[in-house]
Formats: sequence, structure tokens, C-alpha cells
Amino acid sequence: MSRQYIIRRLLITIPSLLGISIVLFAILALAPGDPFEELATNPAVPPEVRAALRAKFGLDDPVWTRYLHWLGAMIQGDWGFSFASRMDVDTLILQRLPTTLIVIGSSQVIAILVALPVGVLAATRPYSLFDQIANTLAFVGFSLPTFFTGLLFILVFSIQLDWLPFVYRADIAGSGWPWLWAHIKQSIMPVMVLGLFQGASLVRFVRSSVLDVIKLDYVTTARSKGIGERKVITKHVVRNALIPVVTLVALQMPIVFGGAIVTEQIFRVPGIGSLLISAMLANDTPVVMAVTFVIACLVVIFNLIADILYGWLDPRISFR
Amino acid sequence: MAEPLLDIRGLKTWFKTDDGMVRAVDGVDLRIDRGETVGVVGESGCGKTVTARSVLKLIDMPPGRFEAGEIRWQGRDLIPLDEAEMNKIRAREIAIIFQEPMTSLNPVYTVGDQIAEVIALHQKLSTKQAMAGAVEMLKLVNIPNPERRVTDYPHQFSGGMRQRVMIAMALSCQPKLLIADEPTTALDVTIQAQILELMHEMKDRFGMAIMLITHAMGVVAETCQRVTVMYAGKVVEEAPVEALFGDPRHPYTQGLIRSIPRVDRGAEKKQRLEAIPGTVPSLLNPPQGCRFASRCKYVMDVCTQAMPPLKEVAPGHRVACVL
Ligand SMILES: Nc1ncnc2c1ncn2[C@@H]1O[C@H](COP(=O)(O)OP(=O)(O)O)[C@@H](O)[C@H]1O
Ligand code: SF4
Ligand SMILES: [Mg+2]
Repeated sequence: MSRQYIIRRLLITIPSLLGISIVLFAILALAPGDPFEELATNPAVPPEVRAALRAKFGLDDPVWTRYLHWLGAMIQGDWGFSFASRMDVDTLILQRLPTTLIVIGSSQVIAILVALPVGVLAATRPYSLFDQIANTLAFVGFSLPTFFTGLLFILVFSIQLDWLPFVYRADIAGSGWPWLWAHIKQSIMPVMVLGLFQGASLVRFVRSSVLDVIKLDYVTTARSKGIGERKVITKHVVRNALIPVVTLVALQMPIVFGGAIVTEQIFRVPGIGSLLISAMLANDTPVVMAVTFVIACLVVIFNLIADILYGWLDPRISFR
Repeated sequence: MAEPLLDIRGLKTWFKTDDGMVRAVDGVDLRIDRGETVGVVGESGCGKTVTARSVLKLIDMPPGRFEAGEIRWQGRDLIPLDEAEMNKIRAREIAIIFQEPMTSLNPVYTVGDQIAEVIALHQKLSTKQAMAGAVEMLKLVNIPNPERRVTDYPHQFSGGMRQRVMIAMALSCQPKLLIADEPTTALDVTIQAQILELMHEMKDRFGMAIMLITHAMGVVAETCQRVTVMYAGKVVEEAPVEALFGDPRHPYTQGLIRSIPRVDRGAEKKQRLEAIPGTVPSLLNPPQGCRFASRCKYVMDVCTQAMPPLKEVAPGHRVACVL
């Protein structure tokens, strides 16, 4: 893969991030409510103080001035101040981000590790019992929304069986193996809920993509070489079949983050998803802006990874 | 007579579809001797490709199925062989190239990788030695700059060049038989001649037999020793090339020969190609008698009662027609 291809992809992310930030900023500026609403209704705060504060934070400036101000501060590493939590936004986000990344990351990894072999196997034995079971499960997993499976899991594994805790705690005391085990135990359900949804759609993508590739001429060529069916599939079919799958997975990233936000709410996982919801409820605009922007950045990064993977899988792309 | 290299007897390859059984190959006999070029001709949909792929057992089963017959390779029937045994024959003893050079190569691997894969497997060589073999093969099929081109991907080659790569790949284990399924149909006319020329150069060098599938009678006349004419899943005529062109017996063969574009007929007469009127009947429910009956101008009552069997009319010349 050529270096220019990667550099070109990297450069494209800059205008897309700028564009996203403008749109986000504009939407939040149009939305009713700002952090000083509470102050406005508080009779203990004199109007002069309120006006001074508004002026200090530039809340009455035109939107584009505020945007440029935000962008300039952002680039210099000043992410603003959370009025609700009374701390810097970047500190707040850095506290919450690792949890979200671990939950999303492990659910993605599990989904890929399970869905890839299952999808390939199902496609190589179309309409077999295995294929039908895999298909049915995938359909069910794909159709159930995450809030439903989340509640179902809590009902079964926490309330009925009492195996797993249903409230996620970031501040578990202790150290060593028991501490790690407690963390793993409380992550199982959120990870499974997200992983199930992701894995189910992935199985369907992989299966249909393998079915498309398996009937192509070059697969017959590969068979005519006498290399054996297993190698025909792993070497000549899977790599080609993954090309469209990578794109679809990248396109699904926003849905994954949406699912993560819901899941974090259900299990009270202290990640950026629940931070976003509470910030919205508190009209904490700087936090809402920063979190949505971080999520947008993550989506863009995942798309970048997908693009690079895509270029590696398909040499025709990176030559263009 | 020496044992033939390939001897297909009464082969029936059928496909089970939602509409019923497609009798794509329905009792085909075909013989190829060592070092011989045999043409297989017939219009589209006559079962040529299915016959060719049956030999290497490259038919998807299901929906396909060997209903009857034998595919004797050097005396041994291939039909009962399992995949592992077939894989010792594929590429090493029988190689195949396809009609569409644009889609026959895997787009995500270099042509060198794809040729070296066969060499490494069948000649038990390391990847590096196999890669040297791949360069050697590219040179042999006249690809300029083979040392550099070996690391290129298929999309960096033209159609003609890709077919050369396919030939290089097919010949890299020096098979005894090369099956070429319409190797030039998808190519420009000038390139077609070059590819056929290359195949003959390679044949002289390696001495393999060729099963040349085509619907271009002109190509057959120039390159083959014997010809098998297929119609609707059956062999209708089989003859040495001179006999076939000099004394075609089956009305279908006669029609095919009349449809060859001829330069000597003069352009001002607006060379009228006598295409055979009508189309190949459905192989889903083939007619009971002679399958050509619906298009034959000599058709008689007996023709539609039973399929006429292949009869020898001269040494090595067999025809399936009541005439
Ligand atoms: N997988 C398949 N399923 C059903 N029918 C098939 C399949 N493959 C080939 N056929 C049928 O077999 C017949 C012969 O096809 P083919 O051998 O490709 O003809 P040719 O190569 O002479 O043009 C066609 O009618 C085609 O529709
Ligand atoms: S058998 Fe009858 S219908 Fe068939 S080709 Fe001969 S004459 Fe024509
Ligand atoms: Mg064909």
C-alpha cells in the first residue's frame, strides 16, 4: 500500500472534523437553553453579575465568533469548563473515555472473533442446519434493540440468577485478581449486549459477502489449482469477502456509539455516553459539545482505520 | 491402439434447479489422445463448459450431479475420486483456463503470488524458488519485463496479458492436458490470434494435449486434429478435422460450417453468414428424439421418435443422425 494513500486519507479527516464541529456547534447554538438559565431564575444573583458572567463567557456574541473562539481554545487544548460539574471538560472526558473505549472495544473484538468464522462457515454450507441456526440467531440479535436485550439480561442474569451485578461501579475498592474479576464481571453484560448486536449484523454481512465471492471465476481458478477447499476459502474467498464488510462495519460505527450510549444508561456505566446524557439534562453546553465532538472524532478515526484496512485488503484501491 | 489420455464415456452432468432437472451434459463421449488438440464446438448453452469443468470436477454439487458415465483419465475413472485425490490431478496433470481473463485472476494477490502458489504446491518448492519459477513462466508466455511484472496485480494487466498469465499459471506444472474453455472469445480479434499462437508455441514446447472449446469454427480448422461437435448436451458428430470440414454429415455441423465468415467470398456480395435459424432447445425438458429436429431442414418422422445414436460412417468419423 502506498504511503500517499495513507497520507491522503489522513488529510481528508481534517476538513471532515472541521465540518462536523461547525454543524455540531450550530445545532447546539440553536437549541434552547444555556448553562446560565439556572442563574437567571435564581433571585440571589443580581442582574449585573449575570450580565458580566455572560459577557465573560461570550454567550451573547454572534454564533460564528463563539465558534471561532471555541475552535481556537480547543486547538490550544482548552476544552472549556463544565458548569454543572465544576471542573475542566477535558479532565471530565478523560475520566470517562477509557471505560467507554474498553466496553466498545471488547464488544467489537468479541463480535468480530465470533461473527467472522460463523459467517464464513454458514456461507460455505448454505441452507445446512448450522447455516439455519446461525441465520436465525443473527436475525434475532439484529432485530432486538439494545435497550431490550439490556433489560432482558438484567432480568435473567442479575435478578433471576443473581450472577452478575447490574450497576457498573468505577470505584471498586481492592487490587489484584479480585479487583480485576469484579471489573470483568460488571463489564460482561454491557459488552455482551453491544457485542450481540454487532456480531449479529456482522454474521449477516460476512455470510452474504462470502456467498457473493464464492461463485466468482477466480475462486474456480483457485479450485482448479488443487490447493484444497480450506485454502481456497481462507486465502481466496475470505480476503475478498472482507472488502465490503470493512466498509459496512465502518458505516455502522455511529450506530455502535448510539448503542453504547443506550447501554451505558441501562447499566449505569460511567462512560462518555452517560456523561453526554447527564450534560444534556443539565444544559451543560461545553460538555455536550465536547463529548459529541469526541464521539465524532472516534467515528472518523474508525473510518480512517477502515480505509487503511480497505486499502490493504484491496490493492486496486490504494493504486488509484 | 494406445490407451487414450482422457476418455469420457456416456457422461451425464445434470443440475437440479427449482424448475426441474437441467440436463446440461446428457451422455457425452469424448476422447483425447496424448499430445493431441481436440476441438469442442457448438453454440452457447450446448454444455461445453459443463463438460470441461466436469473433467476437473469443478462443478458445484449440489446443484450439479454426475448422473451417469465415466471420466477415464489414463485409464482411471475420476468420478469416484475424493477431493484429496482430485487435487493431485488438478494443475499437475490437467490444467484449465477460462473464457474471462478479466475475472479469472484473484484481484488481491500479485500475479507472481498466484503462479507461485501452484508451483510451490505441486513441485514442493519454497515460496522464493516458486517465485523464480513464476518469473520464468511469465517470460515463457512473452510478458515483457517479467522480473518487474511478477509483483504487479491483475488490474495492471490488459485482457490479453491476463490470459497470458492464466496460460503461464496453467502450464507451470507441465500438465498432460490443457483444457482451454473459449480462451479467446472475450478478447480483441488481433489479441485472439496472438493467444492462439502462444498456445501452439507452448504445445510444441511441452507436448501436452489440448481440449480447445470454442464456437469459432475457423479457429478449429486451423488448430485442431480432431473435432467433437456438441448440440444441446449431446455429441452429434465427431471426426478428424479434414473429414469434418470436407465431409460434414450432421445438418448441425453443416450449418456451423456455413456460418463461418469467409474472406474469399468477396466483400461486394455482402458476405451473408448463414446463421442457423432457431435456438438451442431448453435442456430442462429436452425433446425426446433428435434434439436438432426443431431446426433441421431434413427432419422426418423417425427423427422425433428416438435420439439417433452415434454411428461410425468412416474411420474415426461418427455421426448421430438418421440420414
Ligand atoms: N449451475 C448450474 N445450474 C443450472 N444450470 C446450469 C448450471 N451451469 C450450467 N447450467 C446449464 O447448462 C447448460 C450448458 O451450459 P454451458 O456448459 O455453460 O454451455 P456452453 O459452455 O456450451 O455455452 C446451460 O443451459 C446452462 O444454463
Ligand atoms: S436426425 Fe433428423 S432431425 Fe436430427 S439432424 Fe438428422 S435429419 Fe435432422
Ligand atoms: Mg461456455
